[in-house]
Amino acid sequence: MLDYTLLLVLSGCLVLGAVAGTLGSFAVLRKQSLLGDAISHAALPGVAIAFLLTFSKHPAVLLLGALATGWVGTLFILLITRTTRIKHDTAMGIVLSVFFGLGLFLLTLIQRLPTASKAGLDKFLFGNASTLLRQDLQVMLALGGLTLLFVLLFWKEFKLLAFDPDFLHSLGRNTLTLDVFLTTLLVVAIVIGLQAVGVVLMSALVIAPAVAARQWTDHLGRMVALAAFFGGLGGVLGAVASSSLTNLPTGPAIVVIISLMFLASLLFSPHRGLAKDWIRQRKHRKEIHANQVLVALFMLSKSHGSRYYRHSLTSLQAVTPGSAEAGLEALKKRGLVSGSASGWKLTPKGAQEAEQAAKHIYGEAP
Amino acid sequence: MTPQLEILLIASVVAVACSIVGTFLVLRRVSLMSDAVSHSILLGIVLAFFVVKKLSSPFLILGAAAIGVVTVVLTELLIRTKKIKEDASIGLVFPLLFSIGIILITQFAENVHIDLDAVLLGELAFAPFHRFVIGGVDVGPHALWVMGIILLVNLVFLLLFYKELKLATFDAGLAVALGFSPTIIHYSLMTLVSITAVGAFDAVGSILVVALMITPPATAYLLTHKLNRMLLLGALTGVLSAVLGYGLAHLFDASIAGAMALVTGILFLLALLLSPSRGLVAQAVQHRTKKIRFACEMLVVHLLDHEGKPEEAVESRIDNCMHHMGWTERFTKKTVRESVSKAWITERKARLSLTSLGRETAKHVMIRT
Repeated sequence: MLDYTLLLVLSGCLVLGAVAGTLGSFAVLRKQSLLGDAISHAALPGVAIAFLLTFSKHPAVLLLGALATGWVGTLFILLITRTTRIKHDTAMGIVLSVFFGLGLFLLTLIQRLPTASKAGLDKFLFGNASTLLRQDLQVMLALGGLTLLFVLLFWKEFKLLAFDPDFLHSLGRNTLTLDVFLTTLLVVAIVIGLQAVGVVLMSALVIAPAVAARQWTDHLGRMVALAAFFGGLGGVLGAVASSSLTNLPTGPAIVVIISLMFLASLLFSPHRGLAKDWIRQRKHRKEIHANQVLVALFMLSKSHGSRYYRHSLTSLQAVTPGSAEAGLEALKKRGLVSGSASGWKLTPKGAQEAEQAAKHIYGEAP
Repeated sequence: MTPQLEILLIASVVAVACSIVGTFLVLRRVSLMSDAVSHSILLGIVLAFFVVKKLSSPFLILGAAAIGVVTVVLTELLIRTKKIKEDASIGLVFPLLFSIGIILITQFAENVHIDLDAVLLGELAFAPFHRFVIGGVDVGPHALWVMGIILLVNLVFLLLFYKELKLATFDAGLAVALGFSPTIIHYSLMTLVSITAVGAFDAVGSILVVALMITPPATAYLLTHKLNRMLLLGALTGVLSAVLGYGLAHLFDASIAGAMALVTGILFLLALLLSPSRGLVAQAVQHRTKKIRFACEMLVVHLLDHEGKPEEAVESRIDNCMHHMGWTERFTKKTVRESVSKAWITERKARLSLTSLGRETAKHVMIRT
């Protein structure tokens, strides 16, 4: 039987994973993966500032603060890359470390304050889903729902923005506004996860589900749905793991689980998986090898005067690369050669194919 | 030495060591590798600790630095599968390694004496308490020795391979053609980044490592375009950030690492605004100067065009010029004032007439265009 707290935590992690997966898909496709890292770090001072201004720990207030500085951080990145020769990666590094430094500075200031109710802000560093409250979940649901709704409403625009922004521009749409809008939604998605996952690791939750989903499909709709599914599942599994082991912080648990999902997808997806590539490569290598053996047998037979001359395995091995026997067995299965331990020779079908292959390799037959 | 002075000295040594390697990270456009490496070495520190059981062992530093290099290798392996873009690969590898490190710390907390907060914040304030003692003689804080040696290694590497680093950074193609392997240089640099990050990690935490590696060199990059000056300015900015940051933290009794990172950002912002050649303020001033000069030039060309012709009486009136050029009243007044002060025109009863200098200028402008 699920108790109330666990149910709350699970739904929270489900929501944050699903929203992060959805917006992460667009970030990954637009080569903005690491922007999430910068945004999440830049959100930390917002939490502290919001608390310092209101002395309230209501999630809506804190997340609004996080949203504000996360957004300012992205604008800074834009300002730096637009007005100087500093490149994107350096701009992100500056915003990430400086905003985070400001956040730490303010958090330690808050800890020195004489007021009560200051504890709990440091959960924004590494995240702690087990402290999620009913009001936290309400805010997460509201923000997450709104974000997903906007993605659905602007689906066509965002799709074009990801794949062909020039075309979008030629249609008379303002790409800069849409760009800022989509990035704002990414900021919201990140901010939702801060309490449970923490600023340090939130970026992984944006990237990993999306990259995992990318391995399974070339279709944007399916990719986004799959990324949301992976993110949600990873969130739930991570929350379960962290609540069943003492002292296991939620953020790292979710990151490890989602990374495993990503690794499995990279290796075993039937669409782009590395395992499939390897198997196909092996098959091709074997086929090429068998054909080499076939041509070698053909040329050797011709030099003996008859295309159906029978050769011993030893003499064939002398003129073929790799194992002649393995190649011959494969050819036998295809009905191109016949033979056994006593010797091997071409079948009529084999001779025909070998002649064509030899022509292909040597030009006109010698 | 007082503890305060020792802290400042440690922070300054860290700042210089970081800015040396950071300069090349910034120029080679791999700044975020410092972020990746400085996080994933946590796993290296934990694993190495399980083996050597001593946080201050030099083997721990090397072992942890090895994980930093592993991060780079894994990232490049992912890129080489061609299924994942470069930025996503970086963002996949280091959070995983960092997470495993954190999980190990929390699950074996009794065995590992690493405080989770210290991972990010660093414990600079406590650095002077950790003494380095040889034969019963106290020779200074441990962190100062560690970082001093790392700084020395970085400096020696920089001086020995300055030309190679410069070449591989600015013209990788030529470097290959001349027989230098950019891969070797890249990995040597990444090894130094890892070692520096591990050494600094203990003293100042992972985020300050990123701040000190990237922000001061970026600040220097705004101020100069020569590599040797950038290295020098980067180091100076780093030390200045350390000193001012410590003062700030002392003043507010807040996190030292946080304050130092903050000051690197403030100095960057100042350079961004006030850099004499390319700062935003200088750019705005230049833009304004050019705009008004162009307006003055257009004004004298306009006057010359109608000079001595019947319509001159109308065309030389200020309000007519304003409508003709589509200027606002304020801008027109400014342009007229500027042109008068340049002695290009004279103004009488709201009518403008060219001086001989103005006539010359107008002719010159027309030839130029």
